[in-house]
Amino acid sequence: MAIIKVERPKLSAGEKIYFGAIFKGMIITLRHAFKSFFGKTTGAGELNSSGVGVTMQYPEQKWDDKLPEYYRGAPALVTDEQDRERCVSCQLCEFICPPKAIKIIPGEIPSDNEWAKVEKRPQEFDIDMIRCIYCGMCEEVCPEQAIYLRPDYVITGTNRSEMVHDKKRLYEIGGKRVGLVNKWNDLK
Amino acid sequence: MSEDAPANTATAEKKLPKDLAAEKGMVNVQIDGEWLQVPRGTRMIEAAKLVGKEVPHYCYHPKLSSPGNCRMCLVQMGMPPRPAPGQAPVYGDDGYQEIGWMPRPVIACANTVAENMGIRTTGDLVEKTREGVMEFLLINHPLDCPICDQAGECKLQEFSVEHGRGESRFKETKIKKPKNVDIGKNIRLDDERCIMCSRCIRFMDEVAEEPVLGFSQRGTHTSVTVHPGYRLDNNYSLNTADICPVGALTSNDFRFQMRVWFLKETKSIDVNCGTGANTVIWTRANEVFRVTPRQNDDVNSAWMPDNHRLSFNHFQTDDRLTVPMIKEDGKHVQSSWLEATARAAEGLGMSQPDEVAVIASGRLSNEELFLSKKIAAALGTELLTIVPRIGESDGKLISADRNPNTTGAALIWGTDDPAAKLDTIREGVSSGKIKSLLVLSEDLLEEADFKSEDLEKLNHLVVSHTHANPTAAHANVVLAGAGFAEKRATYVNVTGRLQRANQAVIAPGESRDDWESLTALLSKLDEDYTAPASMDSILNAIASEVEEFSGQSFGSIGDLGMQITETGVTIPLVEQERARIDSGQIVG
Repeated sequence: MAIIKVERPKLSAGEKIYFGAIFKGMIITLRHAFKSFFGKTTGAGELNSSGVGVTMQYPEQKWDDKLPEYYRGAPALVTDEQDRERCVSCQLCEFICPPKAIKIIPGEIPSDNEWAKVEKRPQEFDIDMIRCIYCGMCEEVCPEQAIYLRPDYVITGTNRSEMVHDKKRLYEIGGKRVGLVNKWNDLK
Repeated sequence: MSEDAPANTATAEKKLPKDLAAEKGMVNVQIDGEWLQVPRGTRMIEAAKLVGKEVPHYCYHPKLSSPGNCRMCLVQMGMPPRPAPGQAPVYGDDGYQEIGWMPRPVIACANTVAENMGIRTTGDLVEKTREGVMEFLLINHPLDCPICDQAGECKLQEFSVEHGRGESRFKETKIKKPKNVDIGKNIRLDDERCIMCSRCIRFMDEVAEEPVLGFSQRGTHTSVTVHPGYRLDNNYSLNTADICPVGALTSNDFRFQMRVWFLKETKSIDVNCGTGANTVIWTRANEVFRVTPRQNDDVNSAWMPDNHRLSFNHFQTDDRLTVPMIKEDGKHVQSSWLEATARAAEGLGMSQPDEVAVIASGRLSNEELFLSKKIAAALGTELLTIVPRIGESDGKLISADRNPNTTGAALIWGTDDPAAKLDTIREGVSSGKIKSLLVLSEDLLEEADFKSEDLEKLNHLVVSHTHANPTAAHANVVLAGAGFAEKRATYVNVTGRLQRANQAVIAPGESRDDWESLTALLSKLDEDYTAPASMDSILNAIASEVEEFSGQSFGSIGDLGMQITETGVTIPLVEQERARIDSGQIVG
């Protein structure tokens, strides 16, 4: 196993006296405050509903299109180009999940199914969104590129059972994902 | 020179290590720089194990012959250089000859140790060799791990991490072989995953004595198959899945049920026959997922029959009794333990001593049998029996006595035949002489030839059982008991070995461990009786009253059990194994 030793960065004398950084921060804050008086804040045009132009009227207004690629929202299952469930229920995400939010009941793919050679898929796949902490470990550990954290962050429900995403819901959120490694191809 | 002379004489007088070892039938071996004495004829791999060095291996299994075909256990070996004619061996200050290391590795599993031998289980040569062997084994191995049941307990996975290269250099297409092949009722074969260690083939040939497996094809196309026209339907077939170092042979019953890393292991024993094979119960969240054999060379070697290990499936069913019940106006209604116990004691206590009988079970533990004897004594009756279960031995591990604890009943009750009074009780019930009956963990109608109309004649019937059954349907009071994986208890097997079963799961609902319901009942029947605080105190009580048990406690028994008496009964498979060890076929 490769071990990478991380060295602490060497700080110069100026950096060690931290007043410089504090002043820098203050200047940035002041600049924004100053700009806002003249209505020149970032995104002011889009947010121009409250009159002042700095308050976003959530939930009528959302940041959704500004979310970065790597945004970690609700975890979801994906299918591939051929509409195959990518998950093979190896249960590694269930194992790694720090708050134990994932529960999988594995099952066998029946022999008359076109993907019978994959042999295994989840019979049930539940993610308890009350427990989920959006850490993304499930995505990282998945050997089949089957689970991804999607930009969905509005996860609400009126009772606990609504907050448990079952397999159907997870595929709805996840949808189809193309361009992944096609491990179960014809050679396999 | 004159100074050296006395020193030489001193060396000559002092015995050399080789002579000291030879007197005890041992040889001196240097393993990774450390000298030790090991018995002559020990395999190099076992000698290394003595100093805590695990040599990685696939095909070698101590209970099977050693063909040496996986090449994973290669180590570096050295011997003293052969002296020229007339040259005397040279001994160093420590009394050993200098070791000349051989340039090529040898397999540690099939070679035996020799005097003054050196073994290196680490070092450049050995590590390079292991890396090479691993690379060859992984060439055609599929990347199935996410769907493979063996993942988590796979030797190929483990040794890939420890000794593999980490990355594949193989660019060609992997060989395709049959996958997901149905070769027997309990076993699934995946030929692509097979690394040709031949353990399963040797097991079926040498232990199960039904050689239906073999290799076909050549070179990289070699694959394990069943011989045409045969199937792997032997009652010991699941042991091949246990010894398979990879996921080539997997259990149909456990297939895709749960990943092994979620399962909790509890050491226990098999309660399906008198042998009492040592087992491990694998559970998660109060559910048993599988049962596997645990090595005990005096009881079951490392094996277990299939029907016994799969019997837990018959136990985890929906007809479990989960609450105590009493019959009111011909119908069973849910009750509390307090009320059910009081009702049971009242009914049993009302009868005259010669009108009441206790039918215990050979499936009960020592502690429960001891309590049933106490209950019979409190009721003043002599009529106490178990229900015999005699089948046929399979000549291996299944004993003719299908009760796990007949020996325990005989010892604790101080009788030769604990089932002797069953006929008397059956006639007594039939003639109406017996008015009250206490039945523990037995179904009289199905297993003991009792008649339904006879049970109707009883004034009072108390049944303690784990499952709903026809006898319990007649009962005035039904006590919900705990099953095989749900209690901590001791049993005595057919050979007279005291063994311990540990609790793996919690009994469902309000059902109670039998010792608790029996002590509660006993306290009601006998006012002088003080209920013990725990299972341990009951075993202590047995130890003070029964000679064979004296000095025994849950702690003293240990995981492998303790021989407390000699019944003269032997376990055929263990005898066969001892003969094979004596003839040098296996290490054992």
